[in-house]
Amino acid sequence: MYSKKVKFRFLFIFVFLTLIVLTTFSVLKVLKDNVVYFKSPSEINLSTEISSKKIRVGGMVKKDSVIMNNNKINFIITDFKNELYVTFSGTVPNLFEEEKGVVAEGFLNDKKFLVADKILAKHDENYMPPEVKKSLGE
Amino acid sequence: MIISQLGYYSLIFGLLTSIFIFFNSSVQIKRNDTVISSKTTGLIGFQFFFVFISFISLIYSFIISDFSNETVYSNSHTTKPLFYKITGTWGNHEGSLLLWLLVLTGVLLGFIFKSRNEPSNYRRLTILFHQIIIIGFFVFVLKTSNPFNEIFPVQTEGLGLNPILQDPALGIHPPILYLGYVGTSIIFSAALASMISNYVNKSWAKNIKFWILFSWIFLTGGILLGSIWAYYELGWGGFWFWDPVENVSLMPWLSLTALLHCIVTLEKRELFKKWTIVLCIITFALSMVGTFLVRSGILNSVHTFANDPSRGIYILTFLLVLVLLSFVIFTIYEKKNFIQKSEIFPLSKETAVLINNWFILYFLSVVLIGTIYPIFLDVIMDEQISVGPPFYNKLILPFLIPFVLFMSIGPSMRWIKTNFKIGLKNFLIIFFTLIFSFITIYFIGKKNVFLLLLFVGFFYLLLKSLDQLRQRTKNFAQILSHSGFSLLLISILLNSFSSNETIKNIQVGESFVLKNEKIIFKKIAVEKEKNYESIIGFFEVLDEKNKIINLRPEIRIYNEPEMATSEASIKTTLFKDRFITINMIKDQNFFNVRYQQKPFMIWIWISTLIIMLGGLFAIFKKNKEFNI
Repeated sequence: MYSKKVKFRFLFIFVFLTLIVLTTFSVLKVLKDNVVYFKSPSEINLSTEISSKKIRVGGMVKKDSVIMNNNKINFIITDFKNELYVTFSGTVPNLFEEEKGVVAEGFLNDKKFLVADKILAKHDENYMPPEVKKSLGE
Repeated sequence: MIISQLGYYSLIFGLLTSIFIFFNSSVQIKRNDTVISSKTTGLIGFQFFFVFISFISLIYSFIISDFSNETVYSNSHTTKPLFYKITGTWGNHEGSLLLWLLVLTGVLLGFIFKSRNEPSNYRRLTILFHQIIIIGFFVFVLKTSNPFNEIFPVQTEGLGLNPILQDPALGIHPPILYLGYVGTSIIFSAALASMISNYVNKSWAKNIKFWILFSWIFLTGGILLGSIWAYYELGWGGFWFWDPVENVSLMPWLSLTALLHCIVTLEKRELFKKWTIVLCIITFALSMVGTFLVRSGILNSVHTFANDPSRGIYILTFLLVLVLLSFVIFTIYEKKNFIQKSEIFPLSKETAVLINNWFILYFLSVVLIGTIYPIFLDVIMDEQISVGPPFYNKLILPFLIPFVLFMSIGPSMRWIKTNFKIGLKNFLIIFFTLIFSFITIYFIGKKNVFLLLLFVGFFYLLLKSLDQLRQRTKNFAQILSHSGFSLLLISILLNSFSSNETIKNIQVGESFVLKNEKIIFKKIAVEKEKNYESIIGFFEVLDEKNKIINLRPEIRIYNEPEMATSEASIKTTLFKDRFITINMIKDQNFFNVRYQQKPFMIWIWISTLIIMLGGLFAIFKKNKEFNI
């Protein structure tokens, strides 16, 4: 039979491997639950069901669509094919402007309506989120 | 114009010197010379000097606004204050790479001076490997990012610097961060050299420990400055966002921290040789990965200047070459070097260091996965995702509890074998830990077992460290850093669980309430400055005792480039920051006002400084030995 030392080593390796496998699974599970997908208004329009998870939507702020009151800012995101109504209460980045690129993060109520809790900051005036550039280019 | 030319040719000379040093050292290694000639030392001095001249000429071109230089033209403007003309030198891709090169050659010069008593074979191999990195970056700068490109016809006015970079903290953030980030390169070169020259032993550990501490201190400082900047300039009122750009600085920091603990074990006990070398390689590789991600345009941030795919490809190729090189050297010299003589007992400091490394490696993998996974998914599946803070919180927070517990008892372990005595004092510490934790939980008003456990862990580490500090042990530096770390964790936890904020869209004269405070929007004023126009909001905050606190947030509209930034107004007290920002949307009457109460904010900065201070103590404690 194996000596005590070897047995101990086997046990150690077994426990270690199990731990690694468990950790990898939990990491992947948490990752899966916590990623935020990026969609364009057209993609949302095409989808068959409304996801209950948080999403990001990118596009242009439609001209003359911004309406503000004390607690909310409402506007429309467009990719020039489809539109999405957004209601938002929070900080607006300084570069938020009509007819400029925007990314809003939040939950969909239905295919046409997003309750956003974040509008993403951008760092310079020429900057357009790569996702927006892509979805506009398509 | 002439100065700009001088800078360019100085760079060429620098590259030529590097190639010469490279061949010179390879010949000497072949001949097996016993000493390093003063010629080699002189050449390394010249190499640094050439890059320095080049750097100074770029600064000069920025100061005199020489718009025949493309870098100056794209990133400067005559109306910019002098300070920002100078800091603008490294506020762009080309200039920052020149700074990178300056640090790269500077640390080699420093290494030569600090290693005079080391075996010459080891020193020469270090020079050789470091020259490979230096030549790689020289070619990178000259080929893809020459800071001295000329434009014709000469422009009369520049395009200006991104306004959010026009800030004092950001002026010094890059040099400090680079000293740490690029400082890891010498650790990499020395690790490869020590393996080939069969020098992975106690004296090597002693020699390279200085550079590990050096990089670690500056990296900590650089991250701190970036964090402070993000806090007041980006206007979100947070200090860490798990943004990929922040992650790429945290990853080398984590592996440096692991390395710091390993190197002392190597120094004392000649253990973990293989692992230490691997960590040295990983650390530099991570800092190259960071450079690649930030500069290739894959990640979008303020660090991503003009996107040019060829730059990304170059760095990636170079990184792969370096990793491959170290892998080959590692496999060839593995057997020769790494014969482990001594055994490790479960109850010893060696085990504690091992546990520390496992945990840090786990944290590192989590951050790495969170940073890299979205990029892979984008490339392979063409799906755009982002990984948010919940991912990191869920995977890191639970593991922090055992981590800090081991961190509390680790320092009181002894090398080789420890006999534990459980005395009255241990019970007292546990008793006070519980008291403090319950009181804190009570004041925050959140009944949550997990939160309580976190506080128990953090307070235990703090009290235990303070107790060790009181005993005036020889490892003062380490205990100081550990106390700083526990204080940092406590402050972060308190800060994130008892911050309040409200966001309203209001007009002048209106007011709103947050908790017991009333915020009144008094009036608005417009002021003209040299290169921007400022819209200042006058706010009065009535606190619970009806004391008036004045806050004046600004919106600055810069003229070159035309862009608006928000300047937060912050009133800092010992226990609470009051933070207000205003934003405007074009053609709307409302101001978008964000008011935050952020408790213990200043303690986050102070505790990070304490962590750094521990590192400084370790470096300056010359005669006494640095322990962990």
